[in-house]
Amino acid sequence: MLKTLEAFAVTLVAIIISLVLISIFIWASGNSFIEVYQTIYKGAFGTWFSWQNTLVRAAPLMLTALCTAIPARVGLVVIGGEGAVVMGGLFAAITGISLNGMSPGFVLFAMLFTGALSAGLWILGVGALQYYRGVNETISSLLLNYIAIAILNFLVVGFMRDPATLNKPSTHHIGDANMMGVIGESSIHYGLVLGILLCIALWFVTSRTTFGFSMKITGGNPRTAKLAGLNVGKIILVSCFIGGACAGIAGVVEVAAVHGRANSSLNAGYGYAGILVAFLARHNPMAIILFAISLGGIQASGGLMQRRHDLPDASVLVMQGIIFVVILASEVFYGRLKIPNLFQSQKTAQENAA
Amino acid sequence: MHSSGISTGEAVLDAFNITKKFGELTALDGVTIRLKPGSIHALLGENGAGKSTLVKCIMGYYNPDEGQILVDGKEQSINQPKDAAALGIGMVYQHFTVINNMTVLENIVLARPALPSFIDWKKEAEVVSKKMQTMPFQFELDKQVSSLSAGEKQKLEIIKQLMLNIRVLILDEPTSVLTPNEADEILQEVKKLSQNNGLAVLIITHKFREVMGFADTVTVLRKGAFVGSQTVAETNPEILSEMMMGEGLDLPPLERDATQVNSNQAKLSLKNLSILDNDGLIAVDDLSLQIYPGEIVGIAGVSGNGQSELTAGLGGQRALKNGVIEVDGQTFSPVRRDLQKHRYFVLPEEPLKNACVGNMSVADNMALRNFDLAPNSWFNSFLNFSAIKRESKKLITAFNVKTPGPDEVISNLSGGNVQRAVLARELSQQVNVLVIANPCFGLDFKAVSDIRNLIMEARNEGAAVLLISEDLDEVLQLSDRFYVMSKGKVVLESKPNDVDLTEIGKAMAGHMEAAA
Ligand SMILES: Nc1ncnc2c1ncn2[C@@H]1O[C@H](COP(=O)(O)OP(=O)(O)OP(=O)(O)O)[C@@H](O)[C@H]1O
Ligand SMILES: [Mg+2]
Repeated sequence: MLKTLEAFAVTLVAIIISLVLISIFIWASGNSFIEVYQTIYKGAFGTWFSWQNTLVRAAPLMLTALCTAIPARVGLVVIGGEGAVVMGGLFAAITGISLNGMSPGFVLFAMLFTGALSAGLWILGVGALQYYRGVNETISSLLLNYIAIAILNFLVVGFMRDPATLNKPSTHHIGDANMMGVIGESSIHYGLVLGILLCIALWFVTSRTTFGFSMKITGGNPRTAKLAGLNVGKIILVSCFIGGACAGIAGVVEVAAVHGRANSSLNAGYGYAGILVAFLARHNPMAIILFAISLGGIQASGGLMQRRHDLPDASVLVMQGIIFVVILASEVFYGRLKIPNLFQSQKTAQENAA
Repeated sequence: MHSSGISTGEAVLDAFNITKKFGELTALDGVTIRLKPGSIHALLGENGAGKSTLVKCIMGYYNPDEGQILVDGKEQSINQPKDAAALGIGMVYQHFTVINNMTVLENIVLARPALPSFIDWKKEAEVVSKKMQTMPFQFELDKQVSSLSAGEKQKLEIIKQLMLNIRVLILDEPTSVLTPNEADEILQEVKKLSQNNGLAVLIITHKFREVMGFADTVTVLRKGAFVGSQTVAETNPEILSEMMMGEGLDLPPLERDATQVNSNQAKLSLKNLSILDNDGLIAVDDLSLQIYPGEIVGIAGVSGNGQSELTAGLGGQRALKNGVIEVDGQTFSPVRRDLQKHRYFVLPEEPLKNACVGNMSVADNMALRNFDLAPNSWFNSFLNFSAIKRESKKLITAFNVKTPGPDEVISNLSGGNVQRAVLARELSQQVNVLVIANPCFGLDFKAVSDIRNLIMEARNEGAAVLLISEDLDEVLQLSDRFYVMSKGKVVLESKPNDVDLTEIGKAMAGHMEAAA
C-alpha cells in the first residue's frame, strides 16, 4: 500500500520535474511553454482525429514496453525491443509474402506466430547469454538491435527487395487481403486491442499466478529462488521469450496493419520509446497501457508542434530524452521520500481526540 | 525532562531519552545510555528489542523521533553516518560491510568519510602500513578480502574503524559469526584498546559469557524500553536473563527420545559429493555420509572448510561437480518437485542473503516453499493471497516472529527475527530431511532454546537432520553423532558422549588424515 503510494509519488515528482525542464527547453527555443503544452494536448487528445493518431502510436509502445518490463521482473535490464520489433516485422513479412493466397485469417495468424516466435527467440538468446555465460544482458540486447537492423537492411536492399520501391527499399507487399483490419470507421487497427489484451494478461500473470511469483522471487534473489527449487534458468528464458514475443507482435502489427511491407519504418524508435514507457510504468503491465497512451500522444502531437511553433522534428525526441533521464535519476528518491502516513496520522488524531 | 537537567559526568557519549517509531511500531521508547571512556558497555536484549535501532540512531543512520545525542556533554545533531564519524564515533554493523573483491588497503582507505578526488595509493599504502603497526591486528595490505575468514573479516571491520582515530567504537553483534576462540581473541584486544587508549566501547551481544568476561557495564532493553543498567561486577547471567525476558521464564529442556526407529535404510545419503567454490577450486572433496531416520548428524569445523559450499550444494544453490544425493534410497536433486515430494528442507546461514527475498513481505517469504500448493494457490497456478497471509499469520504466532505484520518487508525485521521467520517456513511442515547451517547465529538465548527444541522435535518424529555448525557446543548438544569437516572432507567421526576434545581440536586444525 505504502509502496504503491511511494511509486506513485516518485513518478509524479519526476514527471513534474521533467515538465519544468521541458518548459525551459521550449522557452529557450523562443516559444511560450503554455502554448506548446496546449498544442501537445490538442495534437494528442484534442480531437477524435488526434485520439486516433495517439492510439495508433500507443499500440506498438505497449508491446515494446513489455519487452523491457517482463524481463525486468526477473531482474534483467533488457533494451532490445527495437531489434525484436525488426525481427518480428521481418518474419511477418516473409510469412505473409510466402503464404499469400491462402486464407487471410490463416496468413494473419501465421504472421503473428512467426513474428512472435522469432522475436521471442531473439530476446531469449539475450537471457541465455546472461544466464549461462554471464554476458551483460543490457549490452547484448543493445548490440543485437544493430544486428537485427543490419539483417533487415541486408535483405531489404538485397534479394527480398520489391523493385517497385524506390525511395524506401522494402520487401514485397503481403497482399491487401492479408492486412489486419481497423476498428470500425476509425484508423485504429487491431494492434491496439492486442496491446491492451497482452498488457492485461501479463499483468495477471505477473501479479496473480504462481509463475509470476516465481519470477518475482528470481528477480528479487536468484539464490533464494534456487533454494526454493525453482528452475531459475527456465524462468529467465521464458520471461525473455515472452518479452521478445510481445515486441515481435509490435513488428507484425507494423507490417500487417500499417505498412504492408517490411522496411526501415520498423526501426523508427518504437523499441527505444518502449523502454521509456516500461520505466515510467515501473514495469507494471497495467500502468504500461496508461503511459503508452501518454507517450503516444506526445509523439502524435509532433507534427502539430512543428507546424504551429516551428519546433524542429526532433523536439519530441528531446522531450522523451528529458523524461527518461529524470525518471532514471528519480530512482534515488526511493526510500528517502518522506511520505506522511495518512492512515496512521488519522488514527493518532482520533486517539488524541478520545 | 529537559536537556539542562542531564549531568554528563565524564561520559563521552550520551544517548538521552531516544524514541524511534517505524510506522505504528515503537522500536525505541525513551531509552538512555551513557558511554564512558576506557570502559566496555554491553547492550543486551532479546531479538527485536531495539538494540540495532538504538545504535543506528546514534550513528545518524536513523533520525530519532525524540531525544538527544550528546558528545562530551554537548548536544550534537547527527543526521548521517558521516557526522558521527566526524565526532569520532565508529561502528561495526551486524552484517559485514567489507568489500570482497577489493584489497585490505582499498577497504581501509574507502572507509574514510571524506576521500580526496585523487588517491595516491602508494602514499596511502605507506601511511596505512605505518599505522597498522600500532593496531592490535595485522594484515597484509594487498590481500584480497574474499580470501579472509569470517574472523579476519571482523578484525578488518574493527581496524577500518580504528584507523579513523575514533573515541567511541560501537560493535553490533561482532561475534555472532565467530568461533568462541576467535571471539575471545577479538574481545581481548578490544578490551586492551579501551583500557590503554581510553576508547569507549558499546558492544551488542547475545552471549552472557562475553558480557561477564569482557564488559564493565551492561544495559538491558526489552521491547524497545530501557529495563536497567548495572555494573557487570554486581550482576550475573540469571539476573540478566530475567531482565531480558521478564520473570518466570522457564526454558524447556532439550528432550531427546531414546527409543529409535531402527532402520537400515538411510534417509539421507550423500555419495562422493564434490562441490567447487567460487574460484572453481574443490571445496567439498569426495564427501560421503549417511543419515538414518530419527538421527541428527552434526558437522563441526572451522568456517571456510567447505561447509557453506556443502549447504549450498544440498540446497540447490550450487551445482554438484560429482556425486549423488539420495533420499529414502531414491536419487534426489534439489528441484521443486523433489523438494516437495520428499519434504526436504534446507536452511543456509545468513538467511537474508541466502534464503529470503529482501524486498518482499514476510508473508511472501514464508510462502516460498508452498506458494504453489493448496491452500496458498488454486490449481497450483493462481495465488490465493488471503490464504498466504492467513498461513503466515499462523507461523508468526507459532514461532513468535516479531514483526509489525505479515505485510512488512522482511529486510525491516531485526536480524534474529529474519532468522525466526525463515525457520518458521522450513520447520512448519512435517519434515523428512532437514539440512541446517548455523541455525542459532544471532539469536537470543530463548530463541536458541526454542530452535534447538524444534530441531530435536523433527528428529524425534523421524526426520534425518544434518546440522552444519561452527558452534562445537551446539553440535555436541544436538547431534547423535558428528563429524569434523576439514578441507572439504569429513575427517573424524565421533559421538557427543565419548568426545576427545584434543582429538577434535587437532582434526579441526587440519592435522588429521581422512579417517572415515
Ligand atoms: N527500517 C525499519 N522499518 C521498520 N521496522 C523496523 C526497521 N528496522 C527495525 N525495525 C523493527 O524495529 C524492531 C527493533 O529492531 P532491531 O533491529 O533494533 O532489533 P535488535 O534488538 O537489533 O534485534 P536482533 O537481536 O534480532 O538483531 C524490530 O521489531 C524491527 O522489526
Ligand atoms: Mg540487531
